[in-house]
Amino acid sequence: MNGKSARKTILTALRNFWFDRRGRGILLQLLILLSVALIIALITSNTIANLQRAGLTSGFGFLDDQAFFDINQRLIDYTSQSSFGRALIVGLLNTLLVSSLGILTATVIGFAAGILRLSSNWLVSRLVTAYVEITRNVPLLLQIILWWAILTGLPKVRDSISVLGAFFLNNRGLRAPSPDFESLFIWVSVVGLIGIIITVVIARWSRRRQLRSGETFPVASFGLLLIFVIPGLTYYMLGQPIDWDIPERTRFNFRGGFNITPELLALWIALATYTGAFISEIVRAGILSVSAGQSEAALSLGLRKNQTMRLIIIPQALRLIIPPLTSQYLNLTKNSSLAIAIGYQDLVSIGGTILNQSGQALEVVAIWMAVYLALSLVTSACMNWYNDRIALVER
Amino acid sequence: MMTVTPSHTANHHNKPRPPPTASTGIIGWLRKNLFSSLSNTILTLVAIYVLSLAIPAIVDWTFLSSQVSGETRFACKVDGACWAWVDQRFGQFLFGFYPEGERWRVVVAFILLFPALIPWLADGVPGQRYLRWFSVIYPVIATILLAGGMGLQEVPTHKFGGFMLNLIVGLSGIVLSLPIGILLALGRQSKLPLIRWLSVGFIEAVRGVPLITLLFVSNILLPIFLPPDVTLDSVVRVIIMVTAFASAYMAEVIRGGLQAIPSGQHEAALAMGLNYWKSMRLIVLPQALRISIPGIVNTFIGLFKDTTLVIVIGLFDILGIANAMVSNPDWLGLSTETYVFVAVFFFAVCFSMSRYSIWLERRLGTKRQ
Repeated sequence: MNGKSARKTILTALRNFWFDRRGRGILLQLLILLSVALIIALITSNTIANLQRAGLTSGFGFLDDQAFFDINQRLIDYTSQSSFGRALIVGLLNTLLVSSLGILTATVIGFAAGILRLSSNWLVSRLVTAYVEITRNVPLLLQIILWWAILTGLPKVRDSISVLGAFFLNNRGLRAPSPDFESLFIWVSVVGLIGIIITVVIARWSRRRQLRSGETFPVASFGLLLIFVIPGLTYYMLGQPIDWDIPERTRFNFRGGFNITPELLALWIALATYTGAFISEIVRAGILSVSAGQSEAALSLGLRKNQTMRLIIIPQALRLIIPPLTSQYLNLTKNSSLAIAIGYQDLVSIGGTILNQSGQALEVVAIWMAVYLALSLVTSACMNWYNDRIALVER
Repeated sequence: MMTVTPSHTANHHNKPRPPPTASTGIIGWLRKNLFSSLSNTILTLVAIYVLSLAIPAIVDWTFLSSQVSGETRFACKVDGACWAWVDQRFGQFLFGFYPEGERWRVVVAFILLFPALIPWLADGVPGQRYLRWFSVIYPVIATILLAGGMGLQEVPTHKFGGFMLNLIVGLSGIVLSLPIGILLALGRQSKLPLIRWLSVGFIEAVRGVPLITLLFVSNILLPIFLPPDVTLDSVVRVIIMVTAFASAYMAEVIRGGLQAIPSGQHEAALAMGLNYWKSMRLIVLPQALRISIPGIVNTFIGLFKDTTLVIVIGLFDILGIANAMVSNPDWLGLSTETYVFVAVFFFAVCFSMSRYSIWLERRLGTKRQ
């Protein structure tokens, strides 16, 4: 009698548990946790067994081993005697180099193309549309390889194409003059720095004054004067303290200047034009989203066309432009890993070499993922900070 | 009696005068669209100058001084493009190393693709319901046709290649990633914390890394993760990774659609006595998916372009075939021709899909109003 009622209470409790949404939720989550743990345990045991069979030790100790391979595109010192770890840093710097070059150029191209596409000039807007549609609808990898094929198909060093007598294009890339700073140049930088600081102070003051009294101050032209014109004058007064090392043609190669490899150039052009096309679409959508009444009102208040664009349309459009722009920057950074197809030695390409040499697949892949995730997080954090600054403050 | 002569009354003057000739016709159009201001005129002139340099050069290279016949590149004695290889290699660009006698199977699978796809892409197709059932069994038919079995000669997947491989990887990726993406999107909005964290973790981890590293994972890490006696086909491994990659992006697209559906819909469904799954399946998802279709198509365009990345792990898709041909001594140095040719393929497919997506967006927009 007692046992029967106890069983009944347990059954009722189970029934209640099953038909209670919270209870079922907990049960479901437990099941999922269990299966995820099971899968992870399975993978781990397989991995351990497979690594043992292959005679590999896991861990990051291999990063100190000697690399034995050369890297011709490098921003810091590196020889084939350096370690795997240093090789990875060289690769990371190369990724950062091409990504930041690409992001800067793509932004300029994207904003220019986005605004030009909305131009009242029929021919120009059609041309820009053609550029956007062609680059957007062809795989980026194909574009990178095509640019690389074109650049390495340029004339040999002997018949380099000279631009302005200082830049030389040939099948080994672009040779450009490199600046050689003399000690006096420090004064030019000091003057420039002071100019920037004063401009920032003036900008803040003028903003506060405009909010208070409505009076405006020509900050832009003042800044131009302080940041560019005055340092430029200083530069000439000090007797041009930059010594440009202009490349000179020797029999087989060039002397002086610095060389941009065709790999970097191809990757840069392809990433910038491809992402630029996407950014132009974002910019166009952003501008179109600002209602026509805004520009009509601005024009009827007597603002000129470029003032309307600069002061009314763009600030409102930016709010819509920034979030998708962030994901385009992230895409560009991730897409720079396609470098491997043309032999530009970025993080993925060097990681691949290390992976083949050392067999430490797990560790290399973990490093890749960690680095790209970190880059994504840093870029998003920066853009979110900027986004918060320009976001609409609602009362 | 005076008769009023109507000559000077309003009637006469009210006839609208024609607009000035300078604002109508071709001249008016030109003035309005090309020469409306000084800066516009300068832009127009620059554009015309650039076009006058580019167009004749491109036409000349592509058509006028090109050559279309010959055995090797040495037969090409012209300044322009050398298209002689197209005739010999076209089959490889489409089918890779698929046995020539069996290529009809790929063509049949491709033709059957249309009745399987169209009932999902447009409404009002005759026999839509039956065609949808057909598209459910289509994957089985296509697999048998492509890989063999049921009396057909077996073709190992390493013979798959060319544009066919791009289509296979792209289509399987998108079809498989759709259900997984829906589950992930629902998981991301779930009230159960564990499910939400797992979904967010997966989506963000996959979206944070380049596809190329995932393909490396498929090539190097999957064999380590699996028991030693299990081996996966290389094309299958690629499809798994591409699916994982696409589902994370798909989940975000569908999440956008889910967020656009007012919560009253779900609440009303619950009030009517539907449970969570029924309310999702019958009320929320049909509406959410409908507005996400343009985003899904855009994801597919991106995925389809990304299928070229399989060359990194040694598969010969159309770009891989192009690379192989460019380094073939017979055709060395024809890189521009080859890559432009491949680009035309992708442009045709991706451009028409993006037009479709725009058309769809417009139609959905008018329907909602």
